[in-house]
Amino acid sequence: MKVIDIRKEGMDEVRKHENENLTITGCLGERYIGCGMRNGTIHVEGTPGNALGSYLDGGTIFVDGNAQDAAADTMNAGLLAIKGSAGDALAYGMRGGRVYVLGDTGYRTGVHMKAYKDNKSILVIGGRTGSFLGEYLAGGIIIVLGLGDEKKDITGYFCGNGMYAGTIYLRTDKVPLNLSEKLIKRNVEEDEKDRILRPIISDFAAAFSIPAKRCLEGSFIAIEADKSKSYSQLYAAV
Amino acid sequence: MRKYRIRKDESCISCLRCTKECSFGAITAGENRTLIFHHEKCVDCQRCVTFCPAEALYITEDENRFRSNSVFRKDDIEEILIQAETGGVLLSSMGTSGSNVPIYFDKLLLNASQVTNPSIDPLREPMETAVFIGQRPERIQRDEIGRIVDNLPPHLELKTPIMFSAMSYGAISLNVHKALAFAAKELGTYWNTGEGGLHESLYPYKENTIVQVASGRFGVHETYLNTAAAIEIKIGQGAKPGIGGHLTGKKIIGDVSKTRMVPEGLDAISPAPHHDIYSIEDLAQLVMSIKEVTHYRKPVIVKVAAVHNIAPIASGIARSGADIISIDGYRGGTGAAPKRIRDNVGIPIELAIASVDQRLREERIRDRVSIIASGGIRNSSDAVKAIALGADAVSIGTAALCALGCHICAACHTGRCAWGLATQEPELTERLDPEKGAEKLVNLVNAWTHEIKEIMGGMGINSIEALRGNRMALRGVNLNVKELEILGIRYAGE
Repeated sequence: MKVIDIRKEGMDEVRKHENENLTITGCLGERYIGCGMRNGTIHVEGTPGNALGSYLDGGTIFVDGNAQDAAADTMNAGLLAIKGSAGDALAYGMRGGRVYVLGDTGYRTGVHMKAYKDNKSILVIGGRTGSFLGEYLAGGIIIVLGLGDEKKDITGYFCGNGMYAGTIYLRTDKVPLNLSEKLIKRNVEEDEKDRILRPIISDFAAAFSIPAKRCLEGSFIAIEADKSKSYSQLYAAV
Repeated sequence: MRKYRIRKDESCISCLRCTKECSFGAITAGENRTLIFHHEKCVDCQRCVTFCPAEALYITEDENRFRSNSVFRKDDIEEILIQAETGGVLLSSMGTSGSNVPIYFDKLLLNASQVTNPSIDPLREPMETAVFIGQRPERIQRDEIGRIVDNLPPHLELKTPIMFSAMSYGAISLNVHKALAFAAKELGTYWNTGEGGLHESLYPYKENTIVQVASGRFGVHETYLNTAAAIEIKIGQGAKPGIGGHLTGKKIIGDVSKTRMVPEGLDAISPAPHHDIYSIEDLAQLVMSIKEVTHYRKPVIVKVAAVHNIAPIASGIARSGADIISIDGYRGGTGAAPKRIRDNVGIPIELAIASVDQRLREERIRDRVSIIASGGIRNSSDAVKAIALGADAVSIGTAALCALGCHICAACHTGRCAWGLATQEPELTERLDPEKGAEKLVNLVNAWTHEIKEIMGGMGINSIEALRGNRMALRGVNLNVKELEILGIRYAGE
C-alpha cells in the first residue's frame, strides 16, 4: 500500500499512482482526487475537495472524513464510500456504480442519475438529504435511510421533481415535503424490501461496518414517476 | 390542420413511388393504383416531389385561408386553435422562421482592393485558410540558454475555418453522424457529437471529433471524453437559450436508448441548467475536471447561446480556464424546441460576436480564448462576415443537413424525417448513404473554402487570421447608428 502525504507530495504524485492501492493522508480540500480513475483503491484521510471521483470509471474510493461538492459527478462505475457527509450536487448525472454516504448530503443529490437495463446507478445515504433529491431521475436507485433522525423529514423540498424513471426509496412513512403531483408514492412491501433493498443496504452497511439490521428497520416508501403523466403530454407539435 | 395542398397532373404514371417515399402518411394508395392525398398530414418536405419520376406532383401552400388581419395572422390563429384543442406547449424544430428580426449578414458589405493595394489571385498564389483555435500563451518563454520553450496550450488545427455544429445522436441518425465524421476527417476539420453520446463505431474518427457534455450528461464517461480532439460543455443553444433539451420518445429506440442510458420510448429531458454549475467558479471546476480526466491534453470549449449579456458572460467563460467559446445565435437550429422560445429568445449572432470580440479586446483577454460563431450561417460570405466581426471560425448545422438532403420542413420533432436525417426509424435512416453524404459535405465545404479564398484575395488578404476582427473589411447598409456602433463598423460610403 503506497502512502502519499498530499500536502507535501501534491496531486501529481496521486495521479501517478491512482490506479494502484493508495492511501492519501493530510487531505485538506484538494480537488479532482480519483477523477476518471479506472481501477485501484484510494483511501482518503482528511477532507478531499470538490469533484472527488468525478467520471469515476472503476475501482474504489473510501473517504474517512467528509466530502465536498460535486463528488461522483458523472460517475460511470466503481464504488465511492464516504464515512462522513457530502456536499451539494452529489452523483450528478451518475451512469453506473455505487455511491455510499454514511452521513448527510446537501442539495441536488442524485440529479439525473441513469440506468440501462441491469446496469443501475445506486446511491445510498445513511443520513438525510437537502432539497431537490433525485430531480430529473432517468434511472437507477436512490435510498435515503435517515439513521438517527427517524422522527424528522429525511429529504428536503422538491424531492424527485421532473423524474421520469428510476426509484427513490425512503426509510420513513412520511411523504416528502411538497411532493409533485406527477410522482407516485407507494409503500414498499416486505417482498420488494427483501428482493431489492436488502442486498443493496447490506452491502452499504458492510462498507462502513455497521449492522445492516438497523438500516432495514421500519417501513420504506418508494417514489416513482407517474407514467401516465409523461413529458410528451406537455407539447403540441406545429 | 391543413397547411399545404398536394396535387398531381396528368403526367402521373401511377407508379406509387410517392406513397413509399412519404413518411408522414400524406399520400397513400387507393384502389386500382390511385393516389389518396391526406393534405393535413403533409409537411412540405418535398421528398415525393423530388422522387416522382414523372414530375407530376405539386405541393403548394393551401389557398384556403383565414380572413386576412394585420394583427392576427394565419399562424397566430392556427396556433391558438391548436392550443385551445390540446392545451400543449407549441413544439417546433429547425431555426426560427418568419421572424422580423433582421439578418445582419445581409446588411453587411465586404471590401475589395482597387488600385492602391493589389488583390491576390488564389488560383495563382498561396492563400492560408488554416486556423488554430485554443488559448494563446500570454508571453514567450525562454529557457536558461535562450531557446524558446514550447508553452502552447492544447489547441485544434482546422484546415478551413468551417466546422460542423453539434447535433446529437438521437436527434439525428447514426448515418448522419457517420457522414459528418467521414467528411470532417477528409476536410481536416471537426464534427461535434452533440449531447447524445458517441456510437462506438465512430471511435476511429477521434482526431476529428468534438464530444459534448450537456446537462443531461448522456453518454458521458471517461472513454468518451478521451475519444475526442476537444470537449465541449454545452450551456446553451441558440434555438432555445435557457431551457434544456427534449428528445421525443419516438426517437429513443435501440442504440439511442443504450448510448444515452434512458428508457426506450420515454421522452428524455436534459435539465435546463447543469446542476453542478451555478456560477463561473462552478463552470471553472467542470472545465478543470474535464481537463484533469483528459490529462490536460485537450482544449475545452464552452458553448453558450447569444443572449442579452453575452459580452460579460463570455468574459466570465474566458476567465474560467476554457480554451474556446462557442456562441450560437438567435437563428440557430434544433431538433425540437418550444416555438415561443425559439422565436423570441436570444440575439442575432452578428451582434453577439461583435460585442464579445470588442469586450474581450478591451479587457485584454481576447487571446485567452478562441471564438466559434454559429446560428444561421448560410454560405461562405456569412462565414467571412462572422470572422471579420471577430470570430475565429464558424460552425454549420442546418447548412450541413441541407447538403445531406434536408429541405427545412421543420418536422424533426416528429421523428419521421422523410430524408432519413432527423429520425431513428430504420426504413428511413437507410435513405442516407453515409459515404455519399460525406462526399456532399466535402464538396460543400471545399466550395465555401474556395469562395472564402477568393473573397480574401479580393481584399488583398492572404491569411484567414488577418481577417479575424478586421472590421474595416465591412461596411453597413440599412443600419442605424446604434447598430453600427455595436457591430463596430462604418456605413457604406464612409
